[in-house]
Amino acid sequence: MNGVHDLGGMHGFGRVVPEPDEPVFHAEWERRAFALTLAMGAWGRWNLDMTRFAREQMPPVDYLAATYYERWLWGVERQLVDHGFLAREEADRCRTGVAAGAVGSPREPEPRALRAASVARFLRNRRAARRDDPVPPRFRVGDRVVARNIHPAGHTRLPRYVRGRRGAIDRDHGVFVFPDTNALGQGEKPQHVYSVRFPARELWGPDASARDAVYVDLWDDHLEHA
Amino acid sequence: MSAHDHGHHGADDPSHPHNAPLSEVQLRVKALESLLTAKGLVDPAALDELIDTYETRIGPRNGARVVARAWVDPEFKRRLLEDATEVLAEMGFVGRQGEDIVVLENTPKVHNLVVCTLCSCYPWPVLGLPPVWYKSAPYRSRAVIDPRGVLREFGVEVADDVEVRVWDSTAELRYLVLPERPAGTEGMTEEALAALVTRDAMIGTARVAPPARATATEAAR
Repeated sequence: MNGVHDLGGMHGFGRVVPEPDEPVFHAEWERRAFALTLAMGAWGRWNLDMTRFAREQMPPVDYLAATYYERWLWGVERQLVDHGFLAREEADRCRTGVAAGAVGSPREPEPRALRAASVARFLRNRRAARRDDPVPPRFRVGDRVVARNIHPAGHTRLPRYVRGRRGAIDRDHGVFVFPDTNALGQGEKPQHVYSVRFPARELWGPDASARDAVYVDLWDDHLEHA
Repeated sequence: MSAHDHGHHGADDPSHPHNAPLSEVQLRVKALESLLTAKGLVDPAALDELIDTYETRIGPRNGARVVARAWVDPEFKRRLLEDATEVLAEMGFVGRQGEDIVVLENTPKVHNLVVCTLCSCYPWPVLGLPPVWYKSAPYRSRAVIDPRGVLREFGVEVADDVEVRVWDSTAELRYLVLPERPAGTEGMTEEALAALVTRDAMIGTARVAPPARATATEAAR
């Protein structure tokens, strides 16, 4: 979707402001929102592409005004409802904060819930989006390519700023799940992912450096031979 | 209410001193955790463990160890640039948001800079969770169109004859910059070198500063 999350190349957001000695989290609610998102993800009812797509569907004005973990919270609330963990009314009550203290006492977690003893194993999982499917690559290193000028209304990892632009295949990373279908529950459609080198001037015109380049990881389905 | 409410808006959160009313978002998260716990869907102890892992065990010190070893061990560096994922696995740096890692070498002719314009992808096993500026609209929007301007704001001037390569993390590859080893570090131990390496240097928004003379002398002993 052509959403506000697709920020590459936009103007007007001002300077980058680093924070000296920044803590990992800035408030207790950030810690809990982070951990709740991972713990509910551990149920395996949705994939990471669905999670990204959920956050992208935050209304654009809210998205830009929100902090990072506010977007996470919005996304997980939506996924909990979409996947039947919470009734819509329950999620609405949580958003107003009134559910706290009015839901009865904690009970023993269900057998499939992530337990403290399993957290290390859960985080050390080494396989996520890479697949062993013997899919042949459509491109070779060095091939000239053009990023497709497409505007899918669903999820895509093809940023707007490279669509229709020419580049070259720099590396073939192997076969991965295709987020554009996986986020919509339309299958993994495994295919090759490449680092595509786009010269800065191809993306940004003659005022850009003649020497610089942007490397974007794109899938077979995002590319055509140039 | 979970047993973990106690003492949570404490000294580390000066904007919400103890006994101050909870903000809207604090109440909202508390409500959600209480409800999910009451339904048996989450174990609050698992939440504590997740938080503790990223606050105390996984962070940029991991990446700094990798960089320092690459500086002192040419064979390690060669393998790291060829297949970082396997080499990092040998050091125990594996897992979530770092299932496939690529290391990018800065040289006198190439400066690498990492961004995620679409969300905030970041190599968690070696750098921990990303800082706020990395996740912010200014960095995500400008790193690709004005990398030299962004670098200047971080105090990094890149000469015209040096190529700036920006890596937009749009897939599940995660990128770690191998910064240049600063002058004046000859003879320093791997451990002392690792102490010089900053998080920002491994994102590409900083160079590694040479050590103060006293530090170098001390470390060389």
